[in-house]
Amino acid sequence: MDSSLFLSQLLNGVQLGVLLFLLSSGLTLIFGIMNFINLAHGSLYMVGAFIGAAAFNASGSFVFAVMAGMLASAAVGLLLEHGIARPLYRYDHLYQVLATFGLMMFFNELAIVIFGSRPYYAGIPDYLSGAVTVFGSPYPVYRILIIVVGILVAVGAWYLIQKTRFGMLIRAGASNSNMVSVLGVNIDLLKKLLFMLGAALAGLAGALAGPILSVQSGMGEPVLILALVVIVVGGIGSIRGALVAAMIIAIIDTLGRAYMPQLLAPFMVPTSANAVGPALASMLIYILMALVLAFKPDGILAPRKR
Amino acid sequence: MKIRLQLGALAASLGLMFSAAAQADIKIGFSGVMSGPQASLGQDQLDGFMLGLELLGGKLGGQPAQVIVEDDQLKPDVGVQILQKFLEREKVDAVVGLGFSNVLMAQSRRIKDTGIPALSTNAGPAPLAGKMCMPNLFVMAWQNDAASEAMGQYAQNKGYKRAALITSNYQAGRDKLAGFKRFFKGEIVSEAYTQLGQLDYSAEISNIQKSNPDVIFAFYPGGAGVNFVRQMKQVGLMGKIPFLSDSMIDANTLGAMKNDAIGSIYGMHWGKVLDNAKNKAFVEAYQKRFKREPTEYAANAFDAANLLDAAVKKLNGNVSDRKAFVQAIKDAGSEFESVRGDFKFDKNNMPIVDYHALEVVSEGGDVGIKHLETVFKGHRDAYVGDCSL
Repeated sequence: MDSSLFLSQLLNGVQLGVLLFLLSSGLTLIFGIMNFINLAHGSLYMVGAFIGAAAFNASGSFVFAVMAGMLASAAVGLLLEHGIARPLYRYDHLYQVLATFGLMMFFNELAIVIFGSRPYYAGIPDYLSGAVTVFGSPYPVYRILIIVVGILVAVGAWYLIQKTRFGMLIRAGASNSNMVSVLGVNIDLLKKLLFMLGAALAGLAGALAGPILSVQSGMGEPVLILALVVIVVGGIGSIRGALVAAMIIAIIDTLGRAYMPQLLAPFMVPTSANAVGPALASMLIYILMALVLAFKPDGILAPRKR
Repeated sequence: MKIRLQLGALAASLGLMFSAAAQADIKIGFSGVMSGPQASLGQDQLDGFMLGLELLGGKLGGQPAQVIVEDDQLKPDVGVQILQKFLEREKVDAVVGLGFSNVLMAQSRRIKDTGIPALSTNAGPAPLAGKMCMPNLFVMAWQNDAASEAMGQYAQNKGYKRAALITSNYQAGRDKLAGFKRFFKGEIVSEAYTQLGQLDYSAEISNIQKSNPDVIFAFYPGGAGVNFVRQMKQVGLMGKIPFLSDSMIDANTLGAMKNDAIGSIYGMHWGKVLDNAKNKAFVEAYQKRFKREPTEYAANAFDAANLLDAAVKKLNGNVSDRKAFVQAIKDAGSEFESVRGDFKFDKNNMPIVDYHALEVVSEGGDVGIKHLETVFKGHRDAYVGDCSL
């Protein structure tokens, strides 16, 4: 096996993992701590992508574009929390799924009304558009930036959760949210902040993904499915779990797609290896999820419940 | 969703004053995808058709025309319901549009049974070109493999020896690669089928690089194509290895790719640069009317309006006999003025037209289209032999 190709495929996996982590970290916080299933999380990601792209096209500043995407998603998140999620906290998951599924459709049509159904242009500045040689093959600078941002967010989230009072309350809330409110903490405010934080992370993921992926209505759903797999594998409510699971899933997915057809080649004719390989590769992450559910139903790094 | 467009109503009423025996309007049912992620393709077809009609003064062959528009939502069952409504409630004289291959296949049975003149401006699936061909279904778009075949021939003409192919793992993807291979005789150094809806292609792109091809061919319609082209560009492959494609580059996706697509080549039967008077008039009128660039989908539907006009003219406005109308459309195929230049129907009612290799180039800060070469003159599809018409 070609080692430089393997290393660059590994890098591809890490980069996808970072995007998945950004998206699923918000989802896992909201799901784990507030026990609220938010299918509209993919829509928040879409908001970040659209607003980020529009802000970049208008201003030409990439930093401003990413900030705008995050803030817009956080603002939409705040509205969602206040208007729709809050009354639904005390209902069971089915109601939440129905309501947020409806929101998802609403946002998709809204995107068409505002931006049209054509894919929307999301540019990157010249200084990020080149490629550098990594492990002997060219690798896009922009993807390196995504990896760096992902690492910063992971470190920031670790600091926020392990070292600050807010983080302590979040951890306490993930373990037993009733007890936290009994102790006199304003759990409503905590939930609101948490929802906004999750939305901002989704918006960041969207704004960063925009220039690689196609920015269009409905772009949130395929990544939402992957994010759900990530939080189930990682353990609902655990940022650390989301990070580890996102990396495992992305690397398995990427390496599977890269090597599965070759691995199957000795056993079958090339045409069927080419057809079966990718199909099998795309199943790997779901097989992993099934295994995790069978042997560690709470996820690999689930927060302890008391 | 239902829109009634009574174009040229004024012209129609004026016409009635002078015509002794007032004939009924010609009713056209337009069915296409008007909502969801692919809505822009349906809208382009509708706009192309309505523009054609508008330039004809709202008339087909001198008869006032009425168009009823329905959204098939890209769902075969909805497409069938719409067709039923067009036939039984609206009693249309012809149907236009007809959606993606999956929708058209579902509709084809009823089209055949009723003998209604039908003009597909979006799809030409292989079964309908071959064994299931029918006299009253006319494909104004393309046989689905044709553009890929043109790219295979183009790669052959350029003397490329090592091709890397990539597409999504579904029927259309496999058909497209088969079409490419039908005409490309060099070595296939890598052939990848990705999952539908896959977002990130970096693993596949790395593999392509390692296989060291001298040409890449890809088929990813819509948003997936935007992803793929951008990711190719960012890794620095675009412009380094010739990139050939099918259904990835059009005015819609180009708006999202912009400079990232410069250097990519695609096969198509139409481009706004095609040098004929009808096309120039079409492109200019379309830009003026809709404030955006026309696509091949719009061109297909614009041609459909002009074809119907020529056919109705042949019948002196009397379209009550379906068989005669179908025959008139078939005959008009080689007579009406197409934006594609020479046009005629094959015996399976697929279009026989030229196919071109077109390149995305930088043009005054924006992107433009350059005509590289006409790959096929009067291309016939591979399935016509199976058609018993």
